[in-house]
Amino acid sequence: MTADVVETVPVPRRRRTRLLPYLLSLPALIVCIGILVPFVTAIYYSLLRYRLNMPMMKGFIWFQNYIGFASDPEFWNTVRVSLLYTALTVGVEVLLGLAIAVLLQRQTRFNNLASVLLLLPLMTAPALAALMWKLMTNPGFGILSYLLQLLGITNFKWASDPSSALFTVVLVDVWVYTPFIMILLLAGLRSLPRQPFEAAALDGVPRRFVFFRITLPMLAPYLMTAALFRLLDSIQQFDIIYSMTQGGPGNTLLVFQVRAYLDFYQYTNVAKSAALLMILWAITYILSNIFVKQHLKLRERARGLA
Amino acid sequence: MEHTSTLEKALRGTLITLILVFFLFPILWIFLMSFQTNEDILRIPPSPFFTPTLSNYQALITGKLVSTAGTLDIAFMRNLWNSVLLSGVSVAVALVLGVPAAYAFARYKFPLSEDIAFTLLSFRFAPPLLVLLPLTLYYQQIGLTDTYVGLIWVYQLIALPLILWIVRGYFEDISPDIESAYRIAGHSWLKTFARIAVPLAGPGIAAAGLLAFIFCWNNFVFALVLASAEKQPVTVGSLAFVTASGIQYGQIAAAIVLSITPTLAIALWAQRYLVEGLSLGAVKG
Repeated sequence: MTADVVETVPVPRRRRTRLLPYLLSLPALIVCIGILVPFVTAIYYSLLRYRLNMPMMKGFIWFQNYIGFASDPEFWNTVRVSLLYTALTVGVEVLLGLAIAVLLQRQTRFNNLASVLLLLPLMTAPALAALMWKLMTNPGFGILSYLLQLLGITNFKWASDPSSALFTVVLVDVWVYTPFIMILLLAGLRSLPRQPFEAAALDGVPRRFVFFRITLPMLAPYLMTAALFRLLDSIQQFDIIYSMTQGGPGNTLLVFQVRAYLDFYQYTNVAKSAALLMILWAITYILSNIFVKQHLKLRERARGLA
Repeated sequence: MEHTSTLEKALRGTLITLILVFFLFPILWIFLMSFQTNEDILRIPPSPFFTPTLSNYQALITGKLVSTAGTLDIAFMRNLWNSVLLSGVSVAVALVLGVPAAYAFARYKFPLSEDIAFTLLSFRFAPPLLVLLPLTLYYQQIGLTDTYVGLIWVYQLIALPLILWIVRGYFEDISPDIESAYRIAGHSWLKTFARIAVPLAGPGIAAAGLLAFIFCWNNFVFALVLASAEKQPVTVGSLAFVTASGIQYGQIAAAIVLSITPTLAIALWAQRYLVEGLSLGAVKG
């Protein structure tokens, strides 16, 4: 934290300056508190029996909604799909993003151009990216379906078949978001201090050893930041899954937010939808706390190395 | 790197080529599709060779979709304009509110400052629908449903925390001594902020603004929940458009191309700031 300006600078109008930070941050805060109101409302809704089409039934039932989930196989399906989706996307994206960042690490004209071009998918709105992939995987004229047929695979139905739907949406997620990890890690790799690498080169340390014992530990904080941001987005994924399959086929892709959206709009069950989202919020909160703690630990260790 | 053999170079080259093909082919293919007639698109086997036509773009710009079933009016240009308006105004508002706040958090220690800053960041953790669904019920009561004001307010959820946290990192990186010197010379606080702090943090503010613009532009769920056709941005509009004229694939492709062009242009132009901004602000933090 920087020195306290109020104390170090002799300013004629002291009183006004002391109020200043509040005046500066207040407008932003007011806007956000406006948003906080619906958040608190959601907590309240989740404790009610509340369906829009049956307003007479509205009443306080405490944790009944939550308790009901425990015996609801549909709910556990949502938990399973959401966690599976998150693990698959984050896992693949971190590994692939790291590999690409390492490949493009050297500052050459070609590498810089490639890294700019690789940002293109990230600039495509996920909802529209899903639409693009939907066109390309159309069983009739889709180029990807055609290419698979050339390879002799004729019955692959991409997102419209329960067995391959998860694979397809994960593929789209990987396509959109791997560049995000890549660019964060590329920035990280290029800003690492040079001395440990030079020392290792002088000592003739094998390159695999250098990568696992020097590069990776020093890159770890960047990896954690990138993974955390992806994790938060991935467990809350909506755009790609909704615009590609609307949670189907069947219930195969009903992740938290898609199910909550359908509960609210199709079944007008406000309370259930809110309870579902509260659970998602709790999971997100716990995961991000674990990550932030790990992140701080890794940053300390990386600083020790540098 | 002295040990790189020819074999390794070839391997690297192949890998990078494969990666580029995977990430760029879909964009290229949709781009090609956007210049094809429906007959060209539905041809089996698909082929990258065709006589290009601008009819898809023409249909989108004039708002008249001509198909065998008849003429259909579409609001594509309106959707595009909504995107520009919603993203642009949201980022502008977020900059006006967020930059002074970021400065306050970076420069002054005041009671609750860290709590307030964390609260603002924590909006990033909340599932969007958790806030949006109750908000739809409130908006119906206070008449903000389907208004630009209502949407822009919610878009602050994306733009404000991002700008606040990235810009704060930049302000913290600037030595306060320069500002102190300027103030001792008798300049007011406001002048110091406007003439010294903001210009020095310029690249960071630009990077944060651009990132926020891209995230706002790409957003889907806020407008899906809160806006009707009149106020929808392209992300939602294009999806509705698919069901309305499901057979006109060329026009869908053209709509995708047109809708990602503005953000791509801005992103490419600002790429330098983006990388710089991320490596200095958010990551090092």
